[in-house]
Amino acid sequence: MTLKKVIARDLRLALRQKTDAATVVLFFALTAALFPFAIGPEAAILLRIAPGVIWVTALLSVLLSLERLFLADFEDGTLELMFLSSLPLELVVFGKVLAHWLVSGLPLIVATPLIAILYGLPFAALTVMLPALLLGTAALSLIGAIGAALTIGARRGGILVPLLVLPLYIPVLIFGIAATDAGISDGAIKAPLMILSALLLGMLFVAPLASGVALRQALE
Amino acid sequence: MHRFANPARFLRIANALLPWLTVGTVACLGIGLYMALFASPPDYQQGETVRIMYVHVPSAWMALFIYVFIAIASACSLIWRHPLADVAAKAASPIGAGFAFLTLVTGSLWGEPMWGTWWVWDARLTSMLVLFFLYLGHMALMGAFEEQSRGYRAAAVLALVGVINIPIIKFSVDWWSTLHQPASVIRLDGPTIDPSMLWPLLIMGLGFKLFFATLLIVRMKSELMAARVRALSLAQLRNA
Repeated sequence: MTLKKVIARDLRLALRQKTDAATVVLFFALTAALFPFAIGPEAAILLRIAPGVIWVTALLSVLLSLERLFLADFEDGTLELMFLSSLPLELVVFGKVLAHWLVSGLPLIVATPLIAILYGLPFAALTVMLPALLLGTAALSLIGAIGAALTIGARRGGILVPLLVLPLYIPVLIFGIAATDAGISDGAIKAPLMILSALLLGMLFVAPLASGVALRQALE
Repeated sequence: MHRFANPARFLRIANALLPWLTVGTVACLGIGLYMALFASPPDYQQGETVRIMYVHVPSAWMALFIYVFIAIASACSLIWRHPLADVAAKAASPIGAGFAFLTLVTGSLWGEPMWGTWWVWDARLTSMLVLFFLYLGHMALMGAFEEQSRGYRAAAVLALVGVINIPIIKFSVDWWSTLHQPASVIRLDGPTIDPSMLWPLLIMGLGFKLFFATLLIVRMKSELMAARVRALSLAQLRNA
């Protein structure tokens, strides 16, 4: 088993089940389209809330898609075989998260311009928002992987993951919004984007480690 | 440390310590509450509401302290598989959640007359709310497994991830709060506090710490007893 094989296998599985990835994007678009109904169609208010709505719905979409990250492989025993292979479990986690982000995080970013049109966001704002979302969703996937790994085999695992993970999502949300708001108002974008990158790099180290420990004790 | 890994020895020491801790708790809280409620002056700006601080501030200290305690216990559990560290982490978590909740409630009760509102999205309040949620997640994960040992391990990993994240969350919430609203809050903290108020506060802080130690030992004892009951009833079933 190599890292490339883990990623390729998960991508192949995801491409066979195209509806899974499509569901996440649809959830994202539909939820984001729900807010104007709740708040009213005033353009000024919609423009003001757009970054927050897009970030929170993207965050929830990532969260919902995470539940199956390890569970299917755990249930049919694949995870155990991966654990026994020569590849360290941390790298398996990294590969699976990367593949997961490619099929469910990246489509969110592709769909974001459409939602930006619905909210009347200027296209100039996207030049900051899309890179911020790129860094942010990757960090969210990594943090979420810890929650998914910890809740394998738990009762009510599905509802437990948000409870564990949402408090940890707050920094990513804050700096994602800060970068996006700064992009819209021509503020200083460098600092929040750099902090977002720092969060991503930090999680790139912490998440595979913590998920690895969690998976090991689930497989024991 | 491994000398205390034996539950029987732990119980012996705990039973010897418990009366002293109980007496110390009652004494400190008694003296502290008297000083806080009667013997200390009202604040020249806040009036009598300042007395809420004598419960609020020690609760906030304890809420933070207990999370660090849980993280240390979790590290001991994951590194050395120390059985009592697991029990300690499980026993401490609801106490910490209780203190975090008490901090939020007393803060809210103080905020109503002082700021005219029950809740302000202030950096400290928000961080404490997040800490409260972290405690709830820890408790939920602890109880989410059929086997208690899985719950111990999973919750230990979560506590360590949480303790890495707490400074990051604190920093980001500070940034967010200064970005969105001006500092409008009267701050009590800093070395400017008068000795007539500092002493009751410190005694209350000590009382809260002793209260935590007492409660922790009682909860750990009952946890060990419950494990023994489980083991005994299993043995009985096997023999039957």
